[in-house]
Amino acid sequence: MTATVSGTTGAALVLGDDALVLSHRLAEWAGHAPVLEEEVALANIALDLLGQARVLLSMAGDEDELAYLREERAFRNLQLVEQPNGDFAHTIVRQLLFSTYQRFLYEALAGDRVFGPLAAKAVKEVAYHQDHAEQWTLRLGDGTDESQARMQRGLDALWRYTGEMFRPVDGLESVKWQELEARWSSSVTSVIERATLRVPEGPRTGAWAAGAGREGLHTEPFGRMLAEMQHLHRSHPGASW
Amino acid sequence: MTTVTDAGQTAVDADRTAVFDAAVAADERIEPRDWMPDAYRATLVRQIAQHAHSEIIGMQPEANWITRAPSLRRKAILIAKVQDEAGHGLYLYSAAETLGTSREELLDKLHAGRQKYSSIFNYPTLTWADVGAIGWLVDGAAITNQVPICRCSYGPYARAMVRICKEESFHQRQGFELLLTLSRGTEAQHAMAQDAVNRWWWPSLMMFGPPDDESSHSAQSMAWKIKRHSNDELRQRFVDIAVPQAEALGLTLPDPDLKWNEERGQHDFGAIDWTEFWDVLKGNGPCNEQRITQRRTAHEDGAWVRDAAAAHAAKHTERTTARSAQNEQEATA
Repeated sequence: MTATVSGTTGAALVLGDDALVLSHRLAEWAGHAPVLEEEVALANIALDLLGQARVLLSMAGDEDELAYLREERAFRNLQLVEQPNGDFAHTIVRQLLFSTYQRFLYEALAGDRVFGPLAAKAVKEVAYHQDHAEQWTLRLGDGTDESQARMQRGLDALWRYTGEMFRPVDGLESVKWQELEARWSSSVTSVIERATLRVPEGPRTGAWAAGAGREGLHTEPFGRMLAEMQHLHRSHPGASW
Repeated sequence: MTTVTDAGQTAVDADRTAVFDAAVAADERIEPRDWMPDAYRATLVRQIAQHAHSEIIGMQPEANWITRAPSLRRKAILIAKVQDEAGHGLYLYSAAETLGTSREELLDKLHAGRQKYSSIFNYPTLTWADVGAIGWLVDGAAITNQVPICRCSYGPYARAMVRICKEESFHQRQGFELLLTLSRGTEAQHAMAQDAVNRWWWPSLMMFGPPDDESSHSAQSMAWKIKRHSNDELRQRFVDIAVPQAEALGLTLPDPDLKWNEERGQHDFGAIDWTEFWDVLKGNGPCNEQRITQRRTAHEDGAWVRDAAAAHAAKHTERTTARSAQNEQEATA
């Protein structure tokens, strides 16, 4: 089943799935973070995103049915957010690329009739996520040779997933996508350069993945993520938790 | 520099000890800058470290279920709970720092197996209901142990405990509510809840430590008002609270000898398997190896991050110093 929903419901799924999936990935860090302060910070970001996801999915239907009973092809999140955590540098690069996008997207939606109230509230949380990612990008990029190499590897690996962020989404008509992309590009470039890292030269979309996550086309690790996430809920049909 | 004669030093020590003893006797708080006996300091460091380690190792059995939590509401509650535990670890390591012991030093001891954490976390979380059983029983037992520590003679520890106990009691209610939902749910859910309670009940009773006549540190800790009640007293208090709660849950406790004793006004309960307790404590529990290995791995995998943060901070300081030196030069030129 591919995603055929459109308009407000489709847009709520787009925004909600991004938040839901990234929250899940960040929560996988619990008990594995490099320092105790990051256990707290990563969990905090995961909780903010999960809170946003619950509001957004509830605008599209029942939050648990949508999270636990949809098949992989019906999820509309970006491929970027479903990418496995990798090392801490990889996670930080993913955070930088996504939280910068999400912040500017929510800012653009602040006056939206449907998503305005949520966006106006969530943008404050996301500004913190972006700051957290920027601070770590600067530290790790301009830290040791090893941390710099790890950050560059993360950037090179994830860069190809950034193009689809700016494909117009049905139901988000108040967003000017080109403007959003220009803001994102300038912000991310500036942080990367200040961190003494290199902006990757590769393409920002895969040749094969037309439409990609937004159209329900995902990457291999996503199926495994959903299998784990949905297993218990699906094992007890109709049960309340 | 003046040299103090042995006799003089002894007299100073005796004075300080008298001041310390009087403060403890008067239920006053000992603060970081106050003089305290070396053994008091060592006992506190040992106890606070063990408590801090328990918080961060305790994240593992629960984090085991975050990615499988069966509803988004439960998932949010569980992430928040595991996050609280990391936060408790932070307060407690800070409390230990006020006694002159760094977090780094304590973590090294944990990783080397030279300091302990609560043995309860060496048991596995096998089903979702275990998340509820931990909240209800393990956090319940922890609260029973920790509420009296809010009146501990050492100020920073007592204050950290006030905050921790508030959050723990929240966790305990959430665990109870999770189990209640399962107990009243489908047959499979009810069975899952009962199985979890059966597995966690006895280890929870062991959390209060060995019986009073076998507890090596108890007497001195009571005298110093670090500890306020004996292990057996606290264990009894916990059983008396848990029994009616189990009834409310519609679940049974796995002890055929558990019954109300009219004469004592307390519950009698069966004999605890202390062989198991000592065995798990010695490292032979089902998860000892797994827990400490995960902790060490997380720490080792994070070494490059901590090194990079330190290197970045050093560069930053260097640049700031160079810049202000240059500014000064320009100003005087």
